[in-house]
Parts: sequence; structure tokens; C-alpha cells
Amino acid sequence: MTTPSTTVSSTAYCIEVGIRPDRRDVLAHRLLDSAREAGLEMPEELSTRRGYSFRIHSADSADGGLAQARRLADRLLSDPVFNTYRVYTPDDSPAEPGTHRLEVVRRAGVMDPTAQSVVRAAAALGIEVSHVRSWAGYVFPDSVAPERLMQFGRDVLANEVIEDVRLDPITGIAPAAPLDERAFALQKVDVRECDDSQLKKLSIEGCLALDLAEMKAVQAHFQTEQREPTDIELETIAQTWSEHCKHKTLTGLVDYEGQIHDNLLKSTIARATNELDRDYCISVFVDNAGIVAFDEKHHLTMKVETHNHPSALEPYGGAGTGMGGVLRDTMGTGLGARPVASTDVFCFGPHDLPAEKLPKGCLHPLRVMKGVVSGVRDYGNRMGIPTVNGAVCFDERYVGNPLVYCGSVGIIPVDRVHKEVQPGDRIVVCGGATGRDGIHGATFSSLELHDESESVSSGAVQIGNAIEEKRVLDVQLAARDRGLYRAVTDCGAGGLSSAVGEMGETCGAHVVLDDVPLKYHGLSYPEIWISEAQERMVFAVPPEHVDELLALCASEDVDARVIGTFDGTMRLTAEFHETQVMDLPMKFLHDGLPRQKRTAVRRQRTLADPPELAEGAYGGMLLEILASPNVASKSWIIRQYDHEVQAGSVIKPLVGPRRNGPGDAAVVAPVLGSSRAFAVGCGLNPLLGDVDPYQMALHAIDEAMRNVVCVGGDPDQTSLLDNFSWGNCEKPENLGDLVEACLACYDGAMAYRTPFISGKDSLNNDYRVGDESRSIPPTLLISALSIVPELSVAVSMDLKAEGHDLVLVGLTGPELGGSHLAHLQGVTGAKVPPLDLHLAPRLLEALHEALRAGLIASCHDLSEGGLAVAAAEMAFAGEVGADIDVARVPVRDEAPTTARLFGESPSRLLLEVVPQHHDALNAILGDVPHATIGKTVNASRVRITNEHSVLLETPLDALRQAHLGTLDLDGEYSAP
Amino acid sequence: MTTPSVLVLRAAGTNCEIETAHAFERFDASTQTLHVNALLDEPAILKRHHVLAIPGGFSYGDDIGAGAVFACELGTRLAEPLTKFVEDGGLVLGICNGFQVLVRLGLLPGLDATLGQPELSLTDNVSHKYEDRWVRLSITSRKCVFVGDMEPPELPLAHAEGRIVARDTATLRRLHDEDRIVFQYADTEGAPTDAYPANPNGSVDAIAGLTDRTGRVLGLMPHPERALFGFHHPDWTRRSYDGSGPSDLGPGAPLFANACDWVRRER
Repeated sequence: MTTPSTTVSSTAYCIEVGIRPDRRDVLAHRLLDSAREAGLEMPEELSTRRGYSFRIHSADSADGGLAQARRLADRLLSDPVFNTYRVYTPDDSPAEPGTHRLEVVRRAGVMDPTAQSVVRAAAALGIEVSHVRSWAGYVFPDSVAPERLMQFGRDVLANEVIEDVRLDPITGIAPAAPLDERAFALQKVDVRECDDSQLKKLSIEGCLALDLAEMKAVQAHFQTEQREPTDIELETIAQTWSEHCKHKTLTGLVDYEGQIHDNLLKSTIARATNELDRDYCISVFVDNAGIVAFDEKHHLTMKVETHNHPSALEPYGGAGTGMGGVLRDTMGTGLGARPVASTDVFCFGPHDLPAEKLPKGCLHPLRVMKGVVSGVRDYGNRMGIPTVNGAVCFDERYVGNPLVYCGSVGIIPVDRVHKEVQPGDRIVVCGGATGRDGIHGATFSSLELHDESESVSSGAVQIGNAIEEKRVLDVQLAARDRGLYRAVTDCGAGGLSSAVGEMGETCGAHVVLDDVPLKYHGLSYPEIWISEAQERMVFAVPPEHVDELLALCASEDVDARVIGTFDGTMRLTAEFHETQVMDLPMKFLHDGLPRQKRTAVRRQRTLADPPELAEGAYGGMLLEILASPNVASKSWIIRQYDHEVQAGSVIKPLVGPRRNGPGDAAVVAPVLGSSRAFAVGCGLNPLLGDVDPYQMALHAIDEAMRNVVCVGGDPDQTSLLDNFSWGNCEKPENLGDLVEACLACYDGAMAYRTPFISGKDSLNNDYRVGDESRSIPPTLLISALSIVPELSVAVSMDLKAEGHDLVLVGLTGPELGGSHLAHLQGVTGAKVPPLDLHLAPRLLEALHEALRAGLIASCHDLSEGGLAVAAAEMAFAGEVGADIDVARVPVRDEAPTTARLFGESPSRLLLEVVPQHHDALNAILGDVPHATIGKTVNASRVRITNEHSVLLETPLDALRQAHLGTLDLDGEYSAP
Repeated sequence: MTTPSVLVLRAAGTNCEIETAHAFERFDASTQTLHVNALLDEPAILKRHHVLAIPGGFSYGDDIGAGAVFACELGTRLAEPLTKFVEDGGLVLGICNGFQVLVRLGLLPGLDATLGQPELSLTDNVSHKYEDRWVRLSITSRKCVFVGDMEPPELPLAHAEGRIVARDTATLRRLHDEDRIVFQYADTEGAPTDAYPANPNGSVDAIAGLTDRTGRVLGLMPHPERALFGFHHPDWTRRSYDGSGPSDLGPGAPLFANACDWVRRER
């Protein structure tokens, strides 16, 4: 955004908008609740304010623009039905007699989406304003102790990574000030003469996150060039070579127990895709997302990203920009796909973690969760993308390093997949201006978090502006359909450095850094180049289309600028102030990275099984598992997401007559008027990984497959995505777990004939507490995208009516390793029930055939908590009772009662079948193990027997309450 | 016979324009989706249409107040063509953010008919959070041409600022007396309710949708365009679990059908 020159006469004002005393201050109530949760009692008499500080440029100098400021408040910033307001200058004291006052204001340079809206609307009123800054005020009676107010400010209101808290300020908040201009001087860095320790020091001090071998490769390059690198060249190499961008661990050499694995990514995950060679794979592992066939006119794209470290520091901004980033991946796939559905999967510390167990420098998991959910909500909802599927997992090992996975499914016309930069194409950057936000994100994400990450890495945190991204999406799709550009990618980690560097890899590019639109003056040239300011896309535009593209952008208020040329030199060059500041050969940049060789070992584990449950303990255990946070309803989260925008949601995330049943997966029909649809689901269970990471990965694949097939997805038209979030893989045990999981990905994908189409890893999730470096548990998320050929095939998991048969499909084994039953008894379990790679795919094929034949009334997969939990969920979701006899459960290896009830053997489904369909179903299932284990009944209970002895009988209300109560953070279900 | 012509007006942050246009097209209307900048450049475009629809979304981010910036632009730069459009027999539909825009603009409920002077406010839900859920509505007035003889519908809604607050009690009284309340949030028996979550936002007198003096303007918080087809309804799998599939049209469809029929009949 251009800033009006300050030489024009202008006056600074603050407008403070409050709530009329006869109106309810809803936000105040909310904040007081949050304070209580944080163990802080505050007086009820809180009143909240929204504030705006700005400069007004007035032709009428008589009153310095005061009348215009008042008009702005009257017509725009306040709502006369609801608000009061006052206008003062920043030199005035904002104090009100008898009160204390807290103000929270964003730090200089942090994104403020409101500012843009104010400028625009003021212009509609004929008022010119600039330097807008929005802020919040909180007014309390003066009886409260100031220390308590500051604690409220820090613990509840603000995140000091990005915001300042002011207590009883004597002057108002000044308008945004331009940052200091920096004199330009080209910086060179001496590397040619460095010894090893100096190279290491250089990497650490420059936040380059390069190891010694990599630093030596850099050194060798510049020795050959016979010159020292500039600072921006080193930054560019560091960004391009970061673990985040290059997946060095997965593509390197790994010595695992004496066997060398050369490039795990290629030899396991991508290998399965290549060997399967499925015809619906249109583009895999090359673009910003995988592309698969959908219908005659459209393909689907999918990508799942991790955004872990930013979310640890600033949960709201980190998660929001995680969502924003994956949506841009969709927009940057092919010539641009339109996002049609989002997914979100989170891993947090326990939401009820006692305060004394919180390590120094960590935010409380409840605060992290609320921030993350709000961040995803505000970004996805504003963009108008339905968030339809997800999962949440709680474990104490995520306290200092929460995980945030954001996924995006897009739709793209079949003739808009191919992209190719040609020499002479102009480089056009489009969208948000570049600021000092998000410096070093790519390298930061490749380092360990520690208790001072908060202060030293605040530059790495970005705040999103969803509306800016929506604007870009709107014009991009119009430009795509007019054929105005030849290639596009998004600005993500590494900013322009990565985006231009990747697009120009086979061509070369020259950038004029002076031409990059800036939010404010004062950025250095490396900052302009590597800033991860959000909401930017980079296009390769043939010269003859540049004017039309820029005009299209201007017509919808999107900033677009030519910043250089893809020049055919095979070099990446940049200039600033007419000085060449960078000159790197593309070949060195992209292929010069030395391969890593790492050692992996099998982790030694101490494993133990839980005792067989006592008679009479079954009912209590069922309620306990239903209420355990991993299993409990995520309704509090789901309802905050718009999961119906775009009008494609066919099977919604909450199902049943009271909309409280946990659906297995979502079904979306993305083309309005067409009944072809897709299902999207996921599998993730880190508890299994503590026992057996190979089986964990197989279970994750099986769970994701079960979920999508249960709602109508065709197992023969399904694609998978992998997201590894691991502890530091320089620790050989962590890397050993990773090798096991990768091998399972190959075996699982081959068994199901489901290719992986995209993936993303985050392999440095360690955080430091004191002297101890803690790793998160190995956490593999598998997402599945499956075609639903005709939406009438879809079913939901809620029981439909009494008098139907309940058919259990699949075999139950005796093993309890990684089960919730074991977990709740404080043990891991000894062995994970193995997935039968031959039976599992056949079982899902049979289910799909039965669904297509219309034989299934409802269907739910057995996962956490096993049969008892699945049956309970189906029953209370459908408000239909169920009677089940575990003696009839098909078992292997003499699985005992406890395992039949709560064991988590994979590859099992519980089906509700109308009796007259029974024979047809039997014919389809054939020799797939199955049995009718019970009936739906006209009674509000679930009763499970072992032949004639009753193991448990629990009312539906109790089951529902257990499931809904745990994460009912706003008391929706406990209200009278 | 006249083909109903619908202008779907969007701004930065509007995000329901595709499905809103589709809902009208389902009943054989022709639609034009236009960025507000283009209409500001050429206000005469409005005259070429029978229906103006302002879809849901977060216009300009709603950072200042829901619909505030969009309403400010319409009120300052398009007040006259808009007023004339309604006077000349045009229909206006505002859904969710579009409803917020119409209220902030003063076009709804339009008791004193001065654009730019809101008589109501659509503000923070009592729960102070964004919520997506299906609600049951009662039909309070059938004077609005969009309503026709439709059944009281179940519709989805998704918003954080849907609670109606009136300027004063006299204003609220007039809404009732002058027949402006079209839809109210209802309990399972179909009676208007203040109880959460049937009334999801705490709206005064359970108001969910309003019309103006003419009955040709409708604004509502729920999203009828997301209830266009049978499969949109969350219970469709409970009604057709024998494999027969969902019914064709959903509970929101009549609003669009009635508007298109009205145009064909009256224009």
C-alpha cells in the first residue's frame, strides 16, 4: 500500500467505540469467563472498546478535520443502535475518572487487516485517512489492583509476541508510524577463509539452519566463484536448502540397523505411487498439491500442510496462516484450483493440564487450542471454504510443541493443469504487500523450540488477512479462465526467494527488489526477498498479457506489480538501488545441496498389557473411553467452522437427528447440480506408535480408508496423503521410527492399491525444557480423498431404526497395544493388533459394493475404544438402542471379552442392515469374516452381553453426555 | 414470459455468490455476478435486473462491524438507484452478511425509510462465537413475496453476528405492528423461542428474517441457498437409507422459486 506523503497537512485522531450501557457487552462476558478459566477472578464491571488511531487529511483546516473524524465515527465505525463513541487526539489522556484502563495494540509492522477496511470505507465517505491502527481497550473500576490487570492483559487479552499491553496510559495510541529508513549498503559475508567452527557459528548466528557439510558446500561454491557471498545470497541458499523446503531427511541416506535406505521418500512412498501407476493420478509429488481425476470437466487437488512452530508461539496467527498457506497451495496448483473443502487435525497437550506442570515459556494447552481453533475458523470461514473433517489428539508430549495440520481440497478444470514458465515471461507478484512479518519461517521451522523462542523468533510469526487472500483468489480465477498467465505459485516459506527460485528453476530469473510493493518503508533488501508476508501469489505472465492482468487486479482492488523477468539465464539474480545484490546459478541452488547420511536404530521399548477388566467394570470403562478427550465429541470445534458454505456438504461432520454423532468422514459434492462427490477423511493414532510405529502407519492408512469408504467413497478410486510430524531425526531412535513408518506406507499403499499423491513432513518437533530436549511422539497423519460416484451411495453412522440387524465385519484379535483401554490404565499395551494386508482391502471393497447396492442403513468403523464405543456412538447419534452379544464376535487367537469390547483391531466395521437385505449382504461379503452380533431395539440403551450374562447396560443419555461433556467448553450441553 | 434476471452483487470477502446464483438459476433465472466496483462505475446496470441479491460472506472482513463497509459504500454512492430499484418493483434478497448490509444500510426494516440510518443492529451472538447449525423457522408474515405458501423451513445458518437488537422498544413494537417480521427461530413445536440453541444467537423476539414496507425486500440470517437440494438436509440419510437417495429439492428452494415465479407473473 502506498502511504500518503506526510508533508500534506494532517491531524492525528483516536476514535474509541464502546457499547451503549443498556446493551449487553458480550465480549466482556466472554473475557471474564476466560479469566476464570485461567484462575483469575476479575470484577464483573468490565467494558470493552474498539479503537482506531489514524491521520486525517483534511481540506477544511479550520477544525483540523474533527468534523470529518466525527462523521467517520457516526457513519462507519460505530453503530448508532448499539454503540457510543468518543473522539480525541493521541496527545490527550484517554483516562476516565474512577477507572483503570488496559489497551492492547499490535506491535509495529504486524498485519492489521482492519486498517485497510477503514481506509476504503472512509474514502467512500469522501474522507482521506492514513496510518490507520486498530486497537482494543478494556475499562475496569479502579478498585482492581494494577498487577492483576496486567496479568489479565498478558494471560487473557494479548500475546506479547505480537502485541503490547498498556496499563493506564497517559496519552492515546498514536497512528501507525513508518519504520526507520535504512541506508542501503551491500553486505558481504566472509566465508571463504572460515574454519569449521566459524562456519558453524555463522550458520547459527545467521539463523541459517545449515549443518557443517552444507556450509562447506556453500564455501566451496564461493571459493570457485572467487568472491564472497552477499548476505542475501546466503539467505537464499538457506531458505532453499531448509528441511522445510528440501525434505533432507526423507531424501537423504539412512543407515537403519545396518541396512542403507537411499531416499526413503522415493523408495517407499513415491515408489508405491509409481508402481501402482493408477490412471486417475494426474499430477503427483511435483506441484503444490496432488491432482487426481474427478469428472469429465474437473480434477481434484489435495494438499495437507503442517504449521507447528508458528502455532506454538502465536496459536491464532500461526494456525490462521497455516490455513491460509494451504489454501494458497491449492491456488498455486496447476494454473490454480479453487478450494472447495478444508480439513484440520490438531495435537495438543491436555486441555486440563495443571498449571504447575506447564514448562516455562510454553502457553497453556487450553489457550493454544482456543487460539488455534479461532485461527483456523477465522481464516477458513472468511475465505468461504467449508472445514469439513478433522481430528484432535491430546498427549502431554505436545505441550511445548503442538501440531497443526491444515488440509485443502480444490477443484480445477481439466485443461488448467499444465504450467510452464517461458523465457521472457514477466514475474508478477499479486496480493498483500510485503512487510517485515515472517522473516526466517522456513529456517525457524527447521530448528528446535526453546523457552526463549517466544522472544527471539517473533519475526517468524505471521498474521493472516483472509479477505486479502479471497480477493486474490477471485481475480486469479478470472485471470486463469482468460488465460492471462503461464504459471503460478504461492509465496509460502522463504517468501519470494522460494517462489521465484522454484518457478525459475529451469529458466532463470531476474528481480528488481525496488519494485516489490511494500507495506512500509525501511525494509532491507534481504528482508524484502525472504519476508513471508502472507496472501501473495507469483505469476509468470507473457508480456502481451501484463496490462490486462494488472487492470483486472486493479478492478477488484488487488495490488499487482511486475517485479522482474524469467530471463532464460539459468541464474537467479536480483538488484536493489541499481546494484546487483545476488547472482546464483540455479543448478547450484537446487542441486548443490550435499546429501545427508544419518543413522537410525530401533527403539528399545518397555511394554506392558493392562489387566483383564473385572466383571462389572465394563460399563464404567465404556463411559470413561467415550469421555476421554481423544474420543470425546469435537462439537465445540466443529460448530465454529462453517462446514456448509459453497453448498456442497452432503455428509456433514456431525450427524444424526440431534447432530451430535461423530461422522466417519465428510462427503462433498463440489459441482452444483451434479451428484458426483468426494469423501475426505483421516487416520492418526500416535498411541500406537509408542508400541510399534510400523503398525501405527498401517493402522493410520486403514483408518483413513475405512473412514472414507464408510461414507460412500470408492476404495478403488482413493488417494492418500502423508504428513509426518516427528521429533528431531538426528536422534537415531526417532529416525528409526520414521523408517518403520515409511516402510509401512509402502506396504499399505500397495495392499489397497491407493497411491500417495502428496505429502509434507515436519521433522524437528523437539522443544527444550531446561537442559532436557523433549520429542513429540511420532505422529503420522494419513488423509484419504475418495471419489463417491453418486451421492445416493453415501450413508451416515447414526442408527436409523429399531428391528435392524447389527453386523460386525472383520476379525477381532486379543492384542491391546496402543489402545485407549490400555492408555486409560496407564500402560502402553504389549502388542499392536496387526493389519491383515490381504483381508483389509477385500473387506472395504465388499462394503463399497454393499453400499452401492443400497444394503446398508448405517455404517461406522471401529477405531478408538473398539466395538463398544462404535456401537455406543451409533446408538446415541441415531437415538436408537442396540443389543449386542460379544460371544458372536468373529475372533482370532481366542480374543477374550475385554478385547472383544474395547480392543482396537483394525479393519473392522459395524453395519446396520434391514433384515430383508441380509441375504444379499451375505452374498457380497462371502468369506470375509462377519457375523450378526445384535439388533437395534426400541429402548434407550446399549446392552452388551456375553451370551446370557450382561456385561453392560447403559442408557443412551449417559453415553451421549459422556461423549459430549468433556470438550463442551462453552457449556452448550450442560446448560439446563 | 419474462425470464427473471438476477444481479448477484459481491464485494471483497463475499463468499456465497456461486451457490446463491445457482439457486436462482435452478428456477430458470438468468444471473449476473458483479463486483460492487463495477456497479459503482455504472449504476445503470441495476435497472437491467429484476432481483438484487446480496449473498453471505464477510464483506471487507467485517472487521469494523458486520456489513458496515459494504453498507457505507452502498449508502453513500448508490442510495438513489437502490431506492428507485425497490420503488420500481425490484426484489432484494440479503442473506446473512447480505442481511447485515441491508440492515446497516437502513433498507431493512425501512420503517422511516432513510437510507444510511439503521433502525436495528445485527450484533454479536449471545454465545459470542461463530456457529454453524440448522435451525427451525416459523413463518410470522406471508406478506413478503419470497415466502408465498412455503412450509416453515429448517435452514442452516453460520454466523457470529446475527442477534437483532432494536434501536428502542417503539421500533420493536412497530416491527410487529407493521408486519415486518417474516421468520422467527422456532422450537420443535414450531413456536418462536428465546431458548438456545433453537434461537442460536439470542435475537430479540427470535427474529430471523425481515421484510420492508413493500414486501419485496427480504433479509434473513439463515442460508436458504445451502438448503436448495434434498441432500443438503442433515437428515436425508435417515429418510432414504434403503438406497433411494435424497429428495430433489430442499427446504430453502421455495424462496428462490417464489421470487422467480413472482417476476414471471408480475413483471
